[in-house]
Amino acid sequence: MASSETLTSQEYIQHHLTNLTLGWHPEHGLGFAHNSAEAAEMGFWAINVDTMFFSILLGSLFLWFFKGVAERITAGVPNGAQNFVEWIVDFVEENVRGSFSHKNDMVAPLALTIFAWVFLMNLMDLVPVDLIPHLFAQLLAIFGADPHHVYLKVVPTTDPNATFGMALTVFLLVLYYSIKMKGVGGFLGELTLQPFGKWGLPANLILEGISLLSKPVSLALRLFGNMYAGEMIFILIALLYGGGMLLDGTAGVLQFVWAVFHILIITLQAFIFMVLTIVYLDMAHQEHH
Amino acid sequence: MNINLTLFAQMITFAVFVGFCMKYIWPPIVKALAERKAKIAEGLAAAERGHQEKALGEQRALELMKEAKTNAAEIVNQAQKRALDIVEEAKTDARTEGERLVAAAQAEIERETNRAREELREKVATLAIAAAEKILQKEIDVAAHRSLVDDFAKQL
Repeated sequence: MASSETLTSQEYIQHHLTNLTLGWHPEHGLGFAHNSAEAAEMGFWAINVDTMFFSILLGSLFLWFFKGVAERITAGVPNGAQNFVEWIVDFVEENVRGSFSHKNDMVAPLALTIFAWVFLMNLMDLVPVDLIPHLFAQLLAIFGADPHHVYLKVVPTTDPNATFGMALTVFLLVLYYSIKMKGVGGFLGELTLQPFGKWGLPANLILEGISLLSKPVSLALRLFGNMYAGEMIFILIALLYGGGMLLDGTAGVLQFVWAVFHILIITLQAFIFMVLTIVYLDMAHQEHH
Repeated sequence: MNINLTLFAQMITFAVFVGFCMKYIWPPIVKALAERKAKIAEGLAAAERGHQEKALGEQRALELMKEAKTNAAEIVNQAQKRALDIVEEAKTDARTEGERLVAAAQAEIERETNRAREELREKVATLAIAAAEKILQKEIDVAAHRSLVDDFAKQL
């Protein structure tokens, strides 16, 4: 709350939950949204610049680090960085081997990318909530922007666009491999001819259709919900600051405790996203289930 | 919190990241891991082989040592026997040589004695004759009594 005394708590929270949205507004034309209502009015043809920036930055960081190690990798004695990378690769490979029983060279790199990327994006949650947005607002204020209308969400996984983006990509892969492995007929048969046989076709379609569609939705919403809730609690704790020594101290302790607990959550969510992706792809490869 | 174009942008980003990881990151790392696995397996097998070879070598070394010990003992025995023989031979030789020397010395002594006796005999004969001549200068004919004196000298 340190950023401005003129904000109410509600405004403060609202401010933290609004993305930096670039789009075409019906009245103001192309530009950044000045509030969440404007962002909503921009409709579909707008882009959350903060989500894109941080997700690409973190993804590139992951790829850059792993690529650097992969280039200098040796089968001999590994150095520190290689050890670390091998540890993660081994961990991912073990999970893939445990849950995925078919031959597909794409699944393991996919799982690694998901795990590392989601973990890094979630990790941004541990950066104090006001730090980066405040610095960014100050920076833009130099160029004449109103700091109260400069929005920035640093945790991409608290933006449903990011989580649904990944989940839908996984869903497309599930559809692709289902059809590739079983053929269109086989896949449709799986959707319509079980569990009740061909006379229960409508019921089968409803059941199987829901179970199929629930995969990406649950995948995306689970990650989004966990990270959104975690972020919200950090914001609520941050509201306590500035209310005297006692509240400041309490907020400090609470923030620390929640951050420690959150380390578990961010790792767990990255892990769950990865494992479920592997499992869904395994089911897509299976003839019967 | 609105679903917008970011969704598709994220999907594309995700796909690109996965593709990059699949092409440039995963294969070399997994390859290196597999290589190390093979290396370790090879190393363990080599160590196992080394162990076996070492055991075999030790056994062979033991056998060789035993053989060498036997050989050495035999050689020492032979050498001792030979040394005894040599000492024995030397003793025999020395004894023979000593006996020979003693015999030679005795022969020499005998010879010297004989020679001295002969000389003495001659000298006694001459002395006796000279004495007899002096005593009986006139009466004794040297030629007539010569054989008598010689007989006398021989009896000495």
